Amino acid sequence: MAIFSVYVVNKAGGLIYQLDHYAPRSDTEKTFSFPLDLVLRPHDERVVVAFGQRDGIRVGHAVLAINGAEVNGRFTADGKDVLEFLSNPANYPVSIRFGRHRLSSNEKLMLASMFHSLFAIGSQLSPEVGSSGIEMLETDTFKLHCFQTLTGIKFMVLADPRQTGIDALLRKIYEIYSDFALKNPFYSLEMPIRCELFDQNLKLALEVAEKAGPFGPGS
Amino acid sequence: MSRSPGRKQENHKISRELFVLTYGALVAQLCKEYEKDEDVNACLDRMGYSIGVRLIDDFLARSAVKKCRSYSETADMIAQVAFKMYLGVTPSVSCNSVTGNEFSLILDKNPLVDFVEELPAERASLCYCNLLCGVIRGALEMVHLAAEVSFLQDRLKGDAVTEIGITFLRKPEDRRHRR
Repeated sequence: MAIFSVYVVNKAGGLIYQLDHYAPRSDTEKTFSFPLDLVLRPHDERVVVAFGQRDGIRVGHAVLAINGAEVNGRFTADGKDVLEFLSNPANYPVSIRFGRHRLSSNEKLMLASMFHSLFAIGSQLSPEVGSSGIEMLETDTFKLHCFQTLTGIKFMVLADPRQTGIDALLRKIYEIYSDFALKNPFYSLEMPIRCELFDQNLKLALEVAEKAGPFGPGS
Repeated sequence: MSRSPGRKQENHKISRELFVLTYGALVAQLCKEYEKDEDVNACLDRMGYSIGVRLIDDFLARSAVKKCRSYSETADMIAQVAFKMYLGVTPSVSCNSVTGNEFSLILDKNPLVDFVEELPAERASLCYCNLLCGVIRGALEMVHLAAEVSFLQDRLKGDAVTEIGITFLRKPEDRRHRR
């Protein structure tokens, strides 16, 4: 799965569409006895592993479920504080599921607006006049490609660093947007896209791009 | 009608007559509903505007044109690429003013009036193809170019040619944070 997600941002910086395309993350569930050899600490609204990485449980993984019941941020399903629960020997043995925290939709909205602002800053920082905004953001685990249309809509694709053909994919996503979102008479401009046909065609386009692999799309 | 990706879009051509007939039926119905020509014209312009704001992205996605750097480039793009793509005709462009922001598109063939010979006497000031004006206005607005678009001459009204006038309105604020 080399293409991780697609984001579509409208002119005002609001996220109007988001799709996560990667394979389900590997969550690890293990049974522990007191004392817990992992070091946990609270972070934002979650409890994460700070130290003690082992057996597939990595630093940064969040506590997703305790004894099968999903945790609610820093509290267990029945309202007890997770850290307190885990420091009480009477609750052991306990089965805890760790995994990478999934971004909530609010977090995605916030990140998209932040990127929108950074994009604008990018074009203003340029020594040349009339420069484009940020076109690519690269990290060691993914590359974010961004394409802004002349009408101000931004299409962002997060993909594996080795994946090629993303430019063509971005243009294709623009075509799919102009067909299945804009031509839908019941879709209002700048609003979240809730068009089934758009979803289906976008997923097909992503699959085609992925099958092409690191050598670019074949004809 | 779903399209299979990875293949060029199959051109399911619909008959041109059907399109022209549909447009004619639309105008005729509006004439029945509104007494005054100005109302019909305004209605057509509004409809064209909502088509234009959506059509512009389709145009940009399919033609992959670069950003136009001047009003005359924009007018040329509309005439030579957009009209050709959507109506199959290529109007000629002329610049009307010294300031360089007024242009005319002169159409010698207009597919929308294939079956219309002249306007009825009681509808003398009807702009039959006013939808096109709305489309151009809507499309330009979405790329941050405010313009006034109207018919300057119309063959249906007895003029020699059909002429669409585009006047670009200068907006100082837009210039500063154009990206």
